[in-house]
Amino acid sequence: MRRSVSLKTMILKPQLQDLKNIGYYSGRIIIGISLTMLVPMVIGLLFVEINPALDFLIAAEIALLIGLILTKICFTEKDLTWMQGMVVVSLSWLAAMLVGAIPLYLSRHWGSYLDACFETMSGFATTGLTLAQDIDHLSYAHNLWRHLIMFIGGQGIVVVAVSSFMKGFSGAFKMYVGEARDERVLPNVIHTSRFIWLVSIVYLILSTLVLGTLGIANGMKPVNAFFHGACLFMAAFDTGGFTPQSQNMLYYHSLAFEVITIVIMLLGAMNFNLHYRIWTGDRLEIWKNIETRTLCITIALTFLIVVIGLSQVGSYPSAIIMFRKGFYQLISGHTGTGYATIYARQFIDEWGNLALVGLICAMALGGGACSTAGGIKMLRLGIIAEALKQDVKRIILPERAVVEQRLHHLKEIFLEDKQVRAALLITVSYLVLYGIGTLIGMFYGYSFLESLFESTSAAANVGLSCGITTPGMAAGLKLTYIVQMWAGRLEFMSVFTLIGFFIAAIKGK
Amino acid sequence: MKRAISLFIVSLSNLIFLCGTVCYAQQLSSTDLINNARQYDGKSVVYVGEAVGDVMVRGDFAWVNINDSENAIGVWLSKELAGEIKFTGSYQTKGDQLEITGVFQRNCIQHGGDMDIHAQGIRKISPGRVVGEELATSKRNFAIILLVVLCLVFVFVRRPKSS
Repeated sequence: MRRSVSLKTMILKPQLQDLKNIGYYSGRIIIGISLTMLVPMVIGLLFVEINPALDFLIAAEIALLIGLILTKICFTEKDLTWMQGMVVVSLSWLAAMLVGAIPLYLSRHWGSYLDACFETMSGFATTGLTLAQDIDHLSYAHNLWRHLIMFIGGQGIVVVAVSSFMKGFSGAFKMYVGEARDERVLPNVIHTSRFIWLVSIVYLILSTLVLGTLGIANGMKPVNAFFHGACLFMAAFDTGGFTPQSQNMLYYHSLAFEVITIVIMLLGAMNFNLHYRIWTGDRLEIWKNIETRTLCITIALTFLIVVIGLSQVGSYPSAIIMFRKGFYQLISGHTGTGYATIYARQFIDEWGNLALVGLICAMALGGGACSTAGGIKMLRLGIIAEALKQDVKRIILPERAVVEQRLHHLKEIFLEDKQVRAALLITVSYLVLYGIGTLIGMFYGYSFLESLFESTSAAANVGLSCGITTPGMAAGLKLTYIVQMWAGRLEFMSVFTLIGFFIAAIKGK
Repeated sequence: MKRAISLFIVSLSNLIFLCGTVCYAQQLSSTDLINNARQYDGKSVVYVGEAVGDVMVRGDFAWVNINDSENAIGVWLSKELAGEIKFTGSYQTKGDQLEITGVFQRNCIQHGGDMDIHAQGIRKISPGRVVGEELATSKRNFAIILLVVLCLVFVFVRRPKSS
């Protein structure tokens, strides 16, 4: 009782300076988002899409207005504290959703502003679940925006701001961490952000050229081929899952497109530190790294489950077709991309329960830490597995034996309890998030497996759907998935801090 | 009498045969096909929708995706038939409205397990056209008003603080 009382008295109401710092840096990030809207606006003008260009002009003006007012009212030269940095990140993501949804809503391809917000959060969080209507008639400008927000969100909204117009302040690192990037590639966080952009832009140019050329070879018009190439890369490398057409990857009817997007998805699910090692010539790191090894094992295991499940049901006429369909959806799910070469309903009607469970497990696990993938992440899974191995060794070996567990992640690391605790904490948070979404899905009348599939897909930022996510979905479920995508992408800490901030504002002294 | 009975039997069998054909060659929506894929697998179907995206020529054949406002399904057809398609749907065009008669494949062996329709014939129900874009004056006016407000705010923000 005494302890709870003392904890209560420790909660401090946020001060005016807290609000000023949060407002000022959030304002700067909103200004950054408004500037990115100029890209689709220019594309709209180039393709003579006047009304879409106006949609982006209006949205950019509104965002700039909000950003300027916030930076003026809350002007400060003080640096961010950890709490403020985390709150700035979580609020900026919500602000990005609200302003990013304006041009989509104005296009009338989304049934309501909520639907547009869903799409924007799905884009920024690199999920890929869509509520767009009649995508096949969507303008180039709006389609580019859907993919661009994936590109921005994948690297991190704050990373964009930090690397482009925030120079030399230590609060950058606090926001960088708040955006679920707990590893730095280079000692300086701004240099790290710029490296992430360098990697992404080099791959963007190469992949657009390859996919564009392939598109032309496959019979697409050159403009469409290169536009699709750029969009597909942005959504695949950032493990997003949007495509410019309504059929997703089925539109292309091409094995080559599937193979290349598999490679891009795997690159996107790789830790940026590993990209750095490859770029600097240390290719051996890939084979030694615990994340790569864990990813290989989990892909093999989950694919085995999927194959057994698909064989039981016998949906596919040959083993090659079963492999092609099963492997593509599995890699797409495991990397958190959400590209599909089957229709949403086929998961339920043709995959059978076991194959679905295999795919759900893959989606839940996700890709590498400090990558664009969502989910629990390979590093955490590797740490938990090593800790388990350590405990088993302790039981088997004589009591006096000193058991040390090492793992290789960029360097040799001795496993410590605090690492295991942190990994378990986030893993449990993800499992709870998957569970809550499943319960809410069941509340709305969907079966357990369907609800689990869609909930895991939203919370792990995957984007595969079994048919629940449609414009006609209940508003409560749309809101649930928005929160899941947001919390899942930010990996909880900044979201928990925001909740704590509001509690302190109400209950603090 | 015998002749009348045999005529009746032939007519009846023809009717039954036609009913059977019509049953599967009836017009189906994409949702019908996707949700009841096993039922229509390998059957002749009629599917109506708008050609969207690109007509992707592959050798003597081509892919065209047909959207019936619910979903789009890939249609595999000969290059000659594909040549009849003049407009495909996009932001600035309304695609040709086509009636496809063909064999529905749930997991097409020829095309890596894709769900598709192998067209035997197409009929243009209505031709597509370029959709002229009309400037939304309300959007333009709103953008101008916001620009004026933005300029005022910018001047206010840039104004140096008085000592």
